[in-house]
Amino acid sequence: MENNELEAAILDLLADIAADDVVYDERDIDLFEAGLLDSMAAIELLIALECTFSVIIAPTEVEREEMNTVNKIIAQVKARM
Amino acid sequence: MSFYSDFAFFLLLVVSIIPAAVLGLRGKRIARYGLIVSCIFLLLLFYRTPIEFGYFVLFLLLEVSLIFFFLKQRTVRKNTYVFWAFLFIALVPLISYKVFAVFDQNFFGFLGISYITFKVVQIVIEIQDGLIKEMTLFDCIYFLVFFPPFTSGPIDRSRRFIADTKKDLSKDEYVGLLSKGLPYLLLGAVYKIVLSGIFYTYFTPLMDVMHGFSGLTFPGILGALWSSYISAFAYGFYLFFDFAGYSLMAIGASYCFGIETPRNFNAPFISTDIKEFWNRWHMTLSYWLRDFVFTRVVMIATKKKWFKSRLTTACCGYIINMTVMGFWHGITFDFILYGIYHGILLSATDIYQKKSKFYKKHKNEKVYLICSWFITLNLVMLGFALFSGQLRLFV
Repeated sequence: MENNELEAAILDLLADIAADDVVYDERDIDLFEAGLLDSMAAIELLIALECTFSVIIAPTEVEREEMNTVNKIIAQVKARM
Repeated sequence: MSFYSDFAFFLLLVVSIIPAAVLGLRGKRIARYGLIVSCIFLLLLFYRTPIEFGYFVLFLLLEVSLIFFFLKQRTVRKNTYVFWAFLFIALVPLISYKVFAVFDQNFFGFLGISYITFKVVQIVIEIQDGLIKEMTLFDCIYFLVFFPPFTSGPIDRSRRFIADTKKDLSKDEYVGLLSKGLPYLLLGAVYKIVLSGIFYTYFTPLMDVMHGFSGLTFPGILGALWSSYISAFAYGFYLFFDFAGYSLMAIGASYCFGIETPRNFNAPFISTDIKEFWNRWHMTLSYWLRDFVFTRVVMIATKKKWFKSRLTTACCGYIINMTVMGFWHGITFDFILYGIYHGILLSATDIYQKKSKFYKKHKNEKVYLICSWFITLNLVMLGFALFSGQLRLFV
């Protein structure tokens, strides 16, 4: 998958889970603090990453601070592709 | 010897910190010394209860062999049933202790079993997840027996703990830790010994109820309710200062040994909803449960499509999560009810925050936040009244 395609796919996924299109523009805000993600949504994200990209991230593998913005999530996925 | 209350403990603690500080200030690792000191402290903790000590040694032998056996097993292949079997065996001592306690029997019980079990389970689960691939016997035992948080937490994580023991702290970095750790010890002592004691004197549940019964008149009952209300708050603050004080001391002592044990409390009574409360109260317990119970339940429920909506899945997760917490505190009516109560509160909060237009419209307004804070505080205190058994006196 091309870099841009991958980013676009992750963005779509996040927009769906957070139920908010703001993720397309605000790529560096803390998604948990902004109320866009919570514990439940974080788990949905992990499951979606596994199903869509076959990227498996165990629940305690990455600290929340390393996966709390759109850009950090994209980086975590890319590092595992 | 009781940790963090006997004078002898504090004296020994200060004496034991001196060599740690000498090592730290010379830029040397403290771990080996830390393990020796921990063993001495545990001997002193158990010397009056040899049977408990025996259970503890047996527990340690069982769990450590289990961990290394599973570690070896896991490198060969990943099997879910094997994992569940190991997890179950790891929990057998704690479960038997809790079940026997219902019948007032001590079987496999020793001070700290509830907390050490969390650490073992974390290791087993992270081995299954592939996050722990190797571990030395020294690291494993040191993590499990490290004395400052041994009896009641905070609950640390093995990978974080072991990384701390291997850090080559410079003199300045160690001074930084020491200059945080020592004040934490002092502040914790003030919390636990002075402040919690003051609030405890205002906790008089039996008297409140008897006061109500002495005159079954409207003002009599109202008076009893009011003094029970005050009493519940006094208990809540007592519990906070007692436990947060203990935690601060455990963190402070850990820092002196070069271990940055995570914080356990962060001004819980300023929370404006129950979710926030559990991010501020007994944090290492709630994060542990979030990572190893809630997350796992929700993952299984989502993958196997137990429920249609994500909200139902989350609520199921909350209720199982907090009920487990209740059982972990002990198999008593009060504790289990306390767990279920918080499970329901978290679910209700989640439903309300997801569905309510009123919430979405007003959630950032000052008046709304003040009302929400007041309601949250009262719900929390009601929870403590369940926890302490105070509320049961009315029934």
